[in-house]
Amino acid sequence: MDWTAGLQGLVGGVLIGLSATWLMATLGRIAGISGIVGNLITQCPKGDSAWRVAFLLGLISGPLLLMALGGGLGNVAGSPGEVIGAPVGGVGLMLVAGLLVGVGTGLGSGCTSGHGVCGLARLAPRSMAATGMFLLTALVTVYISRHMLGLGGGV
Amino acid sequence: MSQSNKSHWMKTAAGYAAGLLFGIGLAVSGMTDPARVVGFLDVVGAWDPTLMFVLGGAVITTFVGYRLVFKRTAPLLGGVFQLPTKRELDAKLLGGAALFGIGWGLSGYCPGPAIASIGGLSLPLLAMLVTMVLGWFAAKRLA
Repeated sequence: MDWTAGLQGLVGGVLIGLSATWLMATLGRIAGISGIVGNLITQCPKGDSAWRVAFLLGLISGPLLLMALGGGLGNVAGSPGEVIGAPVGGVGLMLVAGLLVGVGTGLGSGCTSGHGVCGLARLAPRSMAATGMFLLTALVTVYISRHMLGLGGGV
Repeated sequence: MSQSNKSHWMKTAAGYAAGLLFGIGLAVSGMTDPARVVGFLDVVGAWDPTLMFVLGGAVITTFVGYRLVFKRTAPLLGGVFQLPTKRELDAKLLGGAALFGIGWGLSGYCPGPAIASIGGLSLPLLAMLVTMVLGWFAAKRLA
């Protein structure tokens, strides 16, 4: 097992937790990406958009900062010095996946951050159910695509 | 600068700081590499446990952090704590989560890493971002 990768995962996870704590402490908001960005784009809520735009820009600039520092802090599998990994599939697959992620997180009111991080930390039953469900269907999807359809290395 | 203007800029700056920290966390942890995410989900293949450490570290930190934050009665920059109040486990929640998981498994991208990876934009990622936004609009109409 790759302990360095695991340790970086732990450190990155703590940073994500600090971000979620900070956002609740200062603005009283859940750090759910699909909610913050989704509502910004679909509703442009009046008087409630500036912090969302700022969050979005911060989110994009985080990895860029690591790249500017030389990439040594990145954790791309098998590519030391890289910060952002390549997609695991082509355009066609990503069109389908994106639609499922958008519709799913829209209807389910959250994604890995809102339900998976903030919701579990609040011990919220809805978030526990949602996290269990999306983990289950993701595991089954990868099993089917990789091991039954034989589509290795992504799809 | 007027008082309300100052508060507006502080809220915007706080939002930027939160996003930046989140983006750094995703990048340091390797979640901006979809191969790592799919590797975690591929439990019968060459399993990559990294995501487990990320989620564990994030949930425990947030669990402790929220408990400290909720000792206060209101957020530092004004307003109220905006927490979901819904309780019921309805079909929309579970169906939505199920669809999201399929898309996540196919691509290795959930919304955070997909957006945070814009700095390394590729055609497949752009395609995903476009349909993800379309999906958000579609969900709004279905809801």
